[in-house]
Amino acid sequence: MYNDKIIKRFQNPVNAGEIENPDGVGKYGNPKCGDIMKISIKVKDGILEDIKFKTYGCVAAIASTDALCDLCKGKKIDEALNVSKDDVVKSMGGDVPSVKVHCSILAQNALKKAVDDYRNED
Amino acid sequence: MKRNIYLDTAATSIVDEKVSSRIKEVMDNIHGNPSSLHYKGDESKNILEDSRKTVADSLKCNPEDIIFTSGGSESNNLAIKGYALKNKDKGKHIITTKIEHDCILNTCKWLEKKGFEVTYLDVDKEGFISLEDLSDKINEDTILVSIIHGNNEVGTIQEMGKIHDICKSKKVILHTDACQSFMKTEIKSSMADMITINAHKIHGPKGVGALYINDSINLEPLIHGGGQERKLRSGTENVPLIAGFSEAVSLKQNTSKIEDLRDYMILKIKDIHGAKLNGPSENRLCNNVNFSFDYIEGESIIYDLSLKGICVSTGSACSSKSLEGSHVIMAMHDDVERSHNSVRFSLSKYNTKEEIDYVVKELNETVNKLRKISPLLKEV
Repeated sequence: MYNDKIIKRFQNPVNAGEIENPDGVGKYGNPKCGDIMKISIKVKDGILEDIKFKTYGCVAAIASTDALCDLCKGKKIDEALNVSKDDVVKSMGGDVPSVKVHCSILAQNALKKAVDDYRNED
Repeated sequence: MKRNIYLDTAATSIVDEKVSSRIKEVMDNIHGNPSSLHYKGDESKNILEDSRKTVADSLKCNPEDIIFTSGGSESNNLAIKGYALKNKDKGKHIITTKIEHDCILNTCKWLEKKGFEVTYLDVDKEGFISLEDLSDKINEDTILVSIIHGNNEVGTIQEMGKIHDICKSKKVILHTDACQSFMKTEIKSSMADMITINAHKIHGPKGVGALYINDSINLEPLIHGGGQERKLRSGTENVPLIAGFSEAVSLKQNTSKIEDLRDYMILKIKDIHGAKLNGPSENRLCNNVNFSFDYIEGESIIYDLSLKGICVSTGSACSSKSLEGSHVIMAMHDDVERSHNSVRFSLSKYNTKEEIDYVVKELNETVNKLRKISPLLKEV
């Protein structure tokens, strides 16, 4: 079902973990569909200095959150929020099974929540 | 070097060498159409009828009561649709369970659209139906009860004898899907009025199965045509596959060895923190092991094990086209996470203790690895 890029991210998700003293944390997902993602961010001068994730879910869910973190790290917050599900799917090789594309949307939503959390504390 | 350990026999089994040789032998030499009048037709017909007798003997029934089909799904469809459509003047209520295989559930859903009423019986935490509940739910409009004998996901073996007694006392026909339990536990034709079996769970080929039908029963055929299989299943009979089915039925069974291995595996996996056994300890299919693992999802476990050369399966959401978890585990526990976190290990005569030891070791590593990146496990 999955291409090599997705399997590689699944086997070795470099962005997995939790930031110590994060600036924002967002959790998103739904036990009913079997995916829950938690993203923690470190912000400096309006830039996502660091971003880590924890995911409960299938191979695509884990790979998508890892891919999103790579795409967003080092970007200005608003740029990061504009990273779309299509960007995530493209970075994972483009041929993500259609039933798994929603994982990329969930990852984006977790990031949005983390940013909201950061902005609320501002 | 990557291992090759197959623990997904409940999905499909490894084809025994004797079976594949037999299929090839028949395919190469016995090519006639059993309906043909010449000697080549006779040769095929003889193999067909010998195979029918072998299957009938295994169920302790008459050969005339066995119809060959393309597999379990077709047999289930024929039994349920065939009986319902033929007997709709007698009533339009059907009873089944919440833990049936998809082909039974979807056939019932289709019949509901055609005006039938279907009751889906609840099960307890081990997957057993309540005999009292079944008895209560049978009414004057009930024509058919269909209850899976050995559950494909969690191994629960229903008390078919008692279920049949209830159905007989209320004059309702009983069908059972015995694909998983056939050749693994005792099955006799007397335990139900219609019984579905297939070949590819017992080291036979895919694409062939059978339906035992008590001779008092009339069915509407699904496939019309040349009138083969007592007009119940037209189409030129697949003699090589049927011969393979017969060969598989004749294979030596060693269910107690498999059962010992199953129990050994269950004990070892129970040691893993947060591992929950799904299904009963007793009255369980001899080759079925099913656990849910807290905090991590089924498909990710399957994939990680597959990358290590181990084949298992899950009833979890993501691995199927729908986004729901195992409907069987939901029916038993009403626990969404548990239904997503399940892994099924189904053994066969080809598995060894050494393989189980290796699998449990790798499973431990997989579980730990996935838990490390799970947001559900709170770090203490």
